[in-house]
Amino acid sequence: MKPAKTMRNDDEYTMFGPNGGGSWTTLERREFLKLAGGGLIVFFAVGDGLALQEGQRGGGYPDDPNAYLKVGPDGRVACFTGKIEMGQGIFTSLAMMLADELDVPLDSVDMVMGDTALCPYDAGTFGSRSTKYFGPPMRLAAAEARGVLVRLASARLGAAEDALLTKDGAVYVAKSPAKRATYAELIGGKKIAIRLEQKPPIKHHTKHLVSGKPALRTDARAKVTGEAKFTGDIRIPGMLYAAILRPPAHGAKLASVDTSAAERFPGARIVRDGDLVAVLHDKPDLAAEALALVEAEFGPSDSKLDNTIIFAHLKQVESRSEVVVESGNLDEGAKLAAKTVERSYFAHYVAHAPSEPHTAVVRIDADKAEVWASTQSPFRARQEVARTLGLPEANVRVMTPFVGCGLGGKNQGGQIVEATRLARLAGKPVQVAWTRKEEFFNDSFRPAAVYDVRAGLDAANRIVLWDYKNYQAGSRSSQPVYDIPHKRVLSFGGGWGGGGEGAVRAHPFATGAWRGPGSNTNIFATESHIDVMAEAAGMDPLAFRFHNLADARMKKVVTAAADKFGRTFAKAPTGHGYGIAITDYLGTYVATMAEIEVDKQKGTVRVRRVVCAQDTGEVINPEGARMQIEGCITMGLGYALTEEIRFKDGRVLDENFDTYEIPRFSWLPKIEVVLVDNPDMAPQGCGEPAVTVMGAVIANAIYDAIGVRMHTLPMTPARIKEALAAKR
Amino acid sequence: MDKTIRFKLNGKEVLVDSPPERMLLWVLRTDLGHTGTKYGCGEGFCGACTVLVDGKPTLSCQFPLAGAEGKSVLTIEGLARGGRLHPLQQAFVDEGALQCGYCTPGMILQAYALLLRKPNPTEAEIADALDVNLCRCGSYNRIIAAVRTASQAMKMKVVDHEAR
Ligand code: FES
Ligand code: FES
Repeated sequence: MKPAKTMRNDDEYTMFGPNGGGSWTTLERREFLKLAGGGLIVFFAVGDGLALQEGQRGGGYPDDPNAYLKVGPDGRVACFTGKIEMGQGIFTSLAMMLADELDVPLDSVDMVMGDTALCPYDAGTFGSRSTKYFGPPMRLAAAEARGVLVRLASARLGAAEDALLTKDGAVYVAKSPAKRATYAELIGGKKIAIRLEQKPPIKHHTKHLVSGKPALRTDARAKVTGEAKFTGDIRIPGMLYAAILRPPAHGAKLASVDTSAAERFPGARIVRDGDLVAVLHDKPDLAAEALALVEAEFGPSDSKLDNTIIFAHLKQVESRSEVVVESGNLDEGAKLAAKTVERSYFAHYVAHAPSEPHTAVVRIDADKAEVWASTQSPFRARQEVARTLGLPEANVRVMTPFVGCGLGGKNQGGQIVEATRLARLAGKPVQVAWTRKEEFFNDSFRPAAVYDVRAGLDAANRIVLWDYKNYQAGSRSSQPVYDIPHKRVLSFGGGWGGGGEGAVRAHPFATGAWRGPGSNTNIFATESHIDVMAEAAGMDPLAFRFHNLADARMKKVVTAAADKFGRTFAKAPTGHGYGIAITDYLGTYVATMAEIEVDKQKGTVRVRRVVCAQDTGEVINPEGARMQIEGCITMGLGYALTEEIRFKDGRVLDENFDTYEIPRFSWLPKIEVVLVDNPDMAPQGCGEPAVTVMGAVIANAIYDAIGVRMHTLPMTPARIKEALAAKR
Repeated sequence: MDKTIRFKLNGKEVLVDSPPERMLLWVLRTDLGHTGTKYGCGEGFCGACTVLVDGKPTLSCQFPLAGAEGKSVLTIEGLARGGRLHPLQQAFVDEGALQCGYCTPGMILQAYALLLRKPNPTEAEIADALDVNLCRCGSYNRIIAAVRTASQAMKMKVVDHEAR
């Protein structure tokens, strides 16, 4: 983009772009410019999710830039984004991309994240989208800023723009590097605002000095010293901690409550707003102690569901389906098939169990509110707080301190509305921090789901028929990655968010996105069934996959995993305990192989080794990518082997980590990660893909080890023993 | 009833007037403003609240304030000296042994306690000593590497010290 006007240096920002300054008079933008404190600012729009964002905001923002980049008077670079950091490392990887494009050292880049007053609207941080969709336009914005700096330097140094180069936060004359001006000198007191309209040329990946090389996390120091602030660490004068009365079961209504004993507890204050009854105290533990004195009676839950009948319920509750994919003709496929195998697979509910339970702090001051929250969606939180208080959104500021795991569960923010209501009632700032038990009760669980799969092989052992139906799982990753002429995938129900047909509620409690939503269980069903078909074909599971794959990129990834794994697959079961599972997760290709042992007496599985090859396009921070993949593999052991929410009549029976077992040190396999180089493809998501194959790869390894096919997640010792007994 | 409890927190004498049966976790986080120690489960199942009491790893969500009387308590805030990270903290940074960082203070203190009693632990010994500490982000492999690295770095320091 060429500026339409010359740059001025005055109190007002000089605006560039086809629309001049005229289109940027929104209040938010002006507010932002005031807060920005001078410098060079580039506004840019992030394409992905725009439809979603429009949908959520009721339209009207299609070309509104939704991120800002600033080069300050001190030459430091800052990126303002509504995305948040919850451990996935974008704090570091986005900064690396900026450092490269602008030619500044990594430590002069600041990320300003998840603050609704400083950052433009963002729909939320989920779906491994941040690097994939946010990165490219941010790079363009950075290239644009660099172009402006070069232009400024050209005037100042009296050299043509194409005779100039940039390095280490300065522009210099290529032929006489001593002639240079730092970004700080170039910006000085100027205020320049640009709206990114066209695509400036960006650097080829081979020119990147920072990206592509392992970098340490830039937030690590604060996190090892205890200085990093999470929401529960926010301290505000006068703040009270809330302990909230909860029903024993979902759907149980408060019948009567007696708070007199709690009221006598020193320092305790009882507040009530309809069903919301809470004790406030200036010590959180004493609030909880006083809450225990509240006597309450609740009516019965209307839910009559439990783990033993849930699958039958889920299959009959929904009759409408979405056609995820349909090609060829199933009857034709059935005719071609020499062998057909039909199976059902099942997955139970699992909890997010984030390290940090949902927490929020709310301070209301006349007609303004300030909110600190552990959330993946600060703008959605702002909307909810504004609605609760009847205030315009502009009067609400949501700030997102560090978030202790999101995993999808922090898209929902019930604790934020609770803190808002309580702060209003109390007339004081209030902190709501869910206990672990509340977290297990109020979570939006990964839905339980059912999968019916029918597949057929022709005489040449090619899959010619794939008839796949899932119930309540959601559609993501439900399409086979194999080359199959006649296939149909149907997805019944409202997906992982629940809902569905009419008044019929599928689930006894809230459900929602769980790291790799839909995919974990769809891939469990799909890739388990591929192994079933391999056995029917009399082939080993690796050769069978190659035999049925057409996608060259996928074949490369599978080969990379197999080379690293270094074991020979044979027709299962071999007794070795080798497993394989592959997927295309939203553009990231994964092939994982595992080596396990099963104790047949106890039914326990010990995962010895996991090899994961992943092609995620250009890798910005290899260290960060490895970290995410290793974390996915480790976390995935949980939903594969133990994680299951048990419930009955609206009660959640698992309340803490004693019965809800998540992976721990003693489970740890040897993990080997292969990053398959693909720098010419734009960076893809990395925070979820590798978790999605873990159920399948372990199921397939169990079959190879002991010859029993596990059809239900999680594959607990009890289920394994049962399956072994049934086989005998 | 309030009682005055006196103990050493990261080397400094502190006095707390409080019901003595309150758990140390909340006194540290609320009364004393040391928020580095985290709440994860409140029932002794996750290790996020780990501190050292007289050198022993202690789940502060299960440890009444009264028990700290006259003792020495170390929290994550007390590990770095004069702005310099402890080798264990440095190793966590260098090995990338954290993601969200919520479990990190508890992990580091549990590992620190291990190194106090066993300066050169094997990987199996590390996994065993840290098994009560949960990390939902799945940083276990890197934490083990970090503890190994730190144990080497600390050994060098001791050697260094003795040589002088
Ligand atoms: S918070 Fe103390 S062990 Fe979990
Ligand atoms: S780093 Fe997130 S829980 Fe351990």
